[in-house]
Amino acid sequence: MALLEVRGLKLYYKTVRGPIKAVDDVDFSVEKGETLGLVGESGCGKSSVAISIIRLLPRNVEVYEGRIFFDGIDLMQLSEEDFRRKIRWKRISMVFQGAMNSLNPVLKVGFQVAEPLVVHQNMDKEEAVRRAKELFKLVGLPPDFVERYPHELSGGMKQRVVIAMALALNPEMVILDEPTSALDVSIQAQIMNLLKSLKRELGLSMIFITHDIALASDICDKIGVMYAGQIVELSSIENVLLSPKHPYTQKLIASVPLLRGDRVPEFIPGAPPDLVDPPPGCRFHPRCPHSDGMRCVKDVPPMVGVEGDHFVRCWLYSGGLK
Amino acid sequence: MTDLLLELQEIKTYFYVRKGLFKTMTIKAVDGASISIKKGETVAVVGESGSGKTTLGKTALKLVTPISGKIIFEGKDVTNLHEKDLKWFRRKAQMIFQDPFTSLNPYMTVRQIIEEPLIIHGFDEKEREERVFKALEDVRLHPPQDFVKKYPHMLSGGQRQRVGIARCLVLEPTFIVADEPVSMIDASSRAEILFLMRSLQKKYGMGIMYITHDIATAKFFSDKIAIMYAGKIVEIGETQKVLKNPLHPYTATLIEAVPDPDPKNRFNIRKVVPGEPPNPINPPPGCRFHPRCEFKVQGLCDVEEPPEVAFEKGHFVKCWLHTEKARKSA
Repeated sequence: MALLEVRGLKLYYKTVRGPIKAVDDVDFSVEKGETLGLVGESGCGKSSVAISIIRLLPRNVEVYEGRIFFDGIDLMQLSEEDFRRKIRWKRISMVFQGAMNSLNPVLKVGFQVAEPLVVHQNMDKEEAVRRAKELFKLVGLPPDFVERYPHELSGGMKQRVVIAMALALNPEMVILDEPTSALDVSIQAQIMNLLKSLKRELGLSMIFITHDIALASDICDKIGVMYAGQIVELSSIENVLLSPKHPYTQKLIASVPLLRGDRVPEFIPGAPPDLVDPPPGCRFHPRCPHSDGMRCVKDVPPMVGVEGDHFVRCWLYSGGLK
Repeated sequence: MTDLLLELQEIKTYFYVRKGLFKTMTIKAVDGASISIKKGETVAVVGESGSGKTTLGKTALKLVTPISGKIIFEGKDVTNLHEKDLKWFRRKAQMIFQDPFTSLNPYMTVRQIIEEPLIIHGFDEKEREERVFKALEDVRLHPPQDFVKKYPHMLSGGQRQRVGIARCLVLEPTFIVADEPVSMIDASSRAEILFLMRSLQKKYGMGIMYITHDIATAKFFSDKIAIMYAGKIVEIGETQKVLKNPLHPYTATLIEAVPDPDPKNRFNIRKVVPGEPPNPINPPPGCRFHPRCEFKVQGLCDVEEPPEVAFEKGHFVKCWLHTEKARKSA
C-alpha cells in the first residue's frame, strides 16, 4: 500500500467573485521512498495541494474535501488537535516557498531548528540544540553555525537551515514547495544534490513542487502535471518526459530551452484560465491544438490509464474526439 | 565600423553606502567591464544575482553614471553629458523591465501607459494615437482598439510584458536593455515573448542587451554572450562558441548547473562548485572566482588579477589557465 494516497481532493477558496477552484478533483499516491513531482505553471494549484495535505489552510476556504490516507490513517477524519500532535511535522513536514526569508531574525538559527523538538518531544533546550547540530551536519552546514543569526548566513545556507527544520522530527514525508526558486543556479545545484543524498540516505518520501519540469527531472521518480487545478497527466518520469501523452505536457516540455540540444523552444499561446470560472469540458481546450470543438468543449475528460501506470486526462485517449 | 551601436569601455560603477557615522563602504557593482553591441545584434549578459549585470545595463542607459570608463553611443561619448543634453539619447535607448506586475501603473490604461513617453517628447495627439496603435500591433495585442482601454490587472503576465515592450517601442529606439524580461513569466510563454523581441529586432534593427540569469534562454535568443562574475566580465564571445567550448571554469559551472529534462538526471549527483558568489564590498584578491575554482594555481590566481586573453577572434576569457604564466608556474 502506498504511503500517501490522495483521492478526489478538492480545495476551493471563497472570494467575492465566487469560489476559486484551486484544487479540483486530484488523485495521486506516493510510495515509500518515492519522490513525486508536481509540475505546473503559476496558479495551477500545486501549492494548494501541498497545504491541503499538511492541513495549513487559510481562513477563506470554502470547500475542503476528498480523502487523504497516510500510512493507512484517514487524515481527513483526524481532529485538528490529533493532526497537529500526530501528523504535522512528526510524520509529514514541509519546506515552504521562500521559507528561508521567513526565519526569525532575532533568534539563533540553531534554536529555530530545535524548537519543534522542544515543543513536540519535550526535549530540554540543550539536548535539542545538540540534535540541531546533528541535523546541521546532515544538511551540510558546520555544526557551530547553530549559534548564528539568519543575517549571518547566505541564501543557500538559510535554505539548508529550513531543510534541517523540516527534518527535525524524522518525518517519513517532506513536501518541498519550490525549494530552490529564490536561489542562484549554482546554489540551486548544490541544494538539489543535498536533496538527492537525503532521499537516498534517509529513504525519505517527497513531494517536490516546481514550475520547472527540467528541475523536476533531477530528483523525481514520478511526475504529476497540473493544469488549472487538476492533474492532467501522471506517470513515471520516464513516461512523462520521453512519451508525454497530454497535449499540455507535450507543449510544456517543448517550451523548455535545451542547453544540450538544438531543438528550438516552443510556446503555448494564450494564458492559463481564471479558476473562478474555468472553461467547461477540458480546461486546456482553449489553448489545445487538438481540440475538436465538440466533446473537448462540452464534457470533462476522465482520468484514464494508458499503457498500465500512465494516466492522462484527455479525450484523445478515452474514446477519441468527435 | 559604422554598424557599431554602443560601446562600453572599461566601465566601473561603484555605489557608496554609509556605515555608521563616518565610514563609507564601496560596493564595486561593475568593476571594469567592456562590451560592444552592433545594430541588429543581441548580446546576452549572464550572471547570478549580485554579479552586476543589472547595474551594467543601467549604466549602458546612463541611468547611473559610471565612476570611470566611457559610454559611446552611435559614435558620441555620452558618459558625462548633462541630462538636458541627453534627450535625444533617452529617445533612442529604452528599457524593458523585469516585473510586468509592478512596472505598469495600475491606475493607467494601456493607452496612457504607452502614450506617456510620447507626451514627454512632445508628439501631437494624432501622431501619438498612430504610434500607440502601431506599437500594439507590433507586439501582437490584437485588436489594438480593445486593448487601449484596458487596465493592467485585466491582462495576463505575458500580455502585460507585451505592453511593457510596446511602451519601449513607441519612441522607435535603436538600443534596448531588456532586464530579465521573462523571468516572471510562466515557462510556457517565455519563448513567445523572446520570439517577439527577435522578430521586432529583425523588423527595426535595434541592438538589444539581454540581461538574464538563464543561460538556456540566452543560448537561443542572443548572438553574443558575456558571462559576469562579481562585477567583471569573465568570458565573452559568440553564444554558440562560448556554450560549446566554455573557457572559464565559471562558465562551465553555470552550464553544468542547469538541468535539461532527462529522466536519467536523478541518478547522478551534479558537479557543483562549493561556496557562494563573493560580497561585492570586499571581493577576493586576484581572480574573483579563485576561492571556488578547482583549477586555481596557488600564488597566482589568488594574488594577481588575470588578464584578458583572446582565444580566437571575438572570444575572450579572463583566466590564468589560458596564459603562458600559469603553464610555467604549474
